[in-house]
Amino acid sequence: MINFQYTRPSSQKAAIDALAKDASAQYIAGGTNLVDLMKRNIMAPEKLVDINKLPLRDIQEVNGGLQIGALALNSVVSEDDTVVQKFPLLSLALKAGASPQLRNMATVGGNTLQRTRCPYFYDTAMPCNKRQPGTGCGALKGYNRMHAIFGASDKCIAVHPSDMCVALTALNAMVLVTGVKGDRRIPFGEFHRLPSDTPQKDNILEHGELITGVWVPDDGFTKNVHYLKVRDRASYAFALVSVAAALYIQNNIIKKARLAMGGVAHKPWRLAEAEKALIGKKVSDATFQQAAHIAMRGAKGYGYNNFKLKMAPNTIIEALTVAAKA
Amino acid sequence: MANKKPCAVSEKEHKEYSEARRTFLKQSSAVVALALTPPTILKAAANDEKIASYFEQVPLTLEVNGKTESLSVEPRVTLLDMLREQLALTGTKKGCDYGQCGACTVHVDGKRVLSCLSLAVMQDGKKVTTIEGLANGDQLHPVQEAFIKHDGFQCGYCTPGQIMSAVACLREGHAGSPAEIREYMSGNICRCGAYSNIVDAIVDVKQGGQKI
Repeated sequence: MINFQYTRPSSQKAAIDALAKDASAQYIAGGTNLVDLMKRNIMAPEKLVDINKLPLRDIQEVNGGLQIGALALNSVVSEDDTVVQKFPLLSLALKAGASPQLRNMATVGGNTLQRTRCPYFYDTAMPCNKRQPGTGCGALKGYNRMHAIFGASDKCIAVHPSDMCVALTALNAMVLVTGVKGDRRIPFGEFHRLPSDTPQKDNILEHGELITGVWVPDDGFTKNVHYLKVRDRASYAFALVSVAAALYIQNNIIKKARLAMGGVAHKPWRLAEAEKALIGKKVSDATFQQAAHIAMRGAKGYGYNNFKLKMAPNTIIEALTVAAKA
Repeated sequence: MANKKPCAVSEKEHKEYSEARRTFLKQSSAVVALALTPPTILKAAANDEKIASYFEQVPLTLEVNGKTESLSVEPRVTLLDMLREQLALTGTKKGCDYGQCGACTVHVDGKRVLSCLSLAVMQDGKKVTTIEGLANGDQLHPVQEAFIKHDGFQCGYCTPGQIMSAVACLREGHAGSPAEIREYMSGNICRCGAYSNIVDAIVDVKQGGQKI
């Protein structure tokens, strides 16, 4: 790891100013991803601005929803009483991610900004348009079993690794951002990008902008929810495919539905058309199969990940089935 | 680059040694830095002092196993390297060094974390407990006893991390069943495959009901 300057500002303004002045500076919170990437020389900021002194840890009910500070730990959020009772999908997704040690370090803001675990991104001997634009994509014709089946480009087929973000996308959460130009509220579904020709940009955040928290609307998904993560190990592995499912069922009729997938695209993949197909339908295998069929429109395999074309719809059906019975 | 503290030298010798070494490091690393630094940075850092500032040690005070330690570290030193190299607490193991194996697990302010992905400078004012801080004198911690009783290891390299994680798992209330224990111990990889005995050890402590 190259050495760097380290500062620990105690005000939000000082933190933002520190990055505004320095293009090579980065915020650090939990460090679980950034320190890893710095050790491998994939990221090499010359200055780290430690934001842990900022008062961004609170979890509180605000404006018909839940506001979670950017520095709230993944472990704390996953076991918070309000989250468990009113936003159980978020709790399930967080507990499916990483390990207890990492969840004790990782923050909500940092989880949102974590980078892909594509092995070609991590291996500095390999070409990677995300790490080094213009060098090509090693995964496109390489060993791509972990890779995207939706929304990829010929520049990048990496996937976003977060579980938390899949649940927050399904729950219509907002990313709360501040910066020198002022505050922004960005819907989760619009925060992360597809790779297109610029896979080096994971999201629409500008340099120096700081995530202060997320806000999740309370839409009443307290009962019929499930987060199903399919992976190579029973625990502590990134998703091959994951599905966040939330239903609101009355008299066996689906009144509201939310579906999002992880491990399949460069961003948490919202299944809006499949959601529409669920609403007003009876809870049944046929309904769920139809939704999964619609969800898979436009999917494309790249060779080693072709198995996901079958695994993804099956995971959707299973997640919906478990959610409906919950 | 950690400031290594050899055990067999006096404090004075150590100070002289480390000061001489620091001066050498500053000078030599400034030269290396000049050779390796892109021109834009060189322009910004026109004098040697500014480049040297990148290698400045940052003062740090924290409590390790109940003892207050005042140290100075480079910003890039991890908590793991600081514990092992500066405080000679080599019980905490460096396994993968990338947050994938759990061998470096320690407790910071009562929570289990990975010391390999924690920067030492970010632990200022915190309380750290390592495997060396678990026993009470010659009396082993109940989880240490249980690992011996149930043969919860073979080579032993992952064991300090496993034990620190197991203590946290019990204290968190995540040891309710073997299935729950397996889930909440999943961040600690054992290459020898002692998993079933580790689960038995944790179940035993849980059933024993001792205060841990």
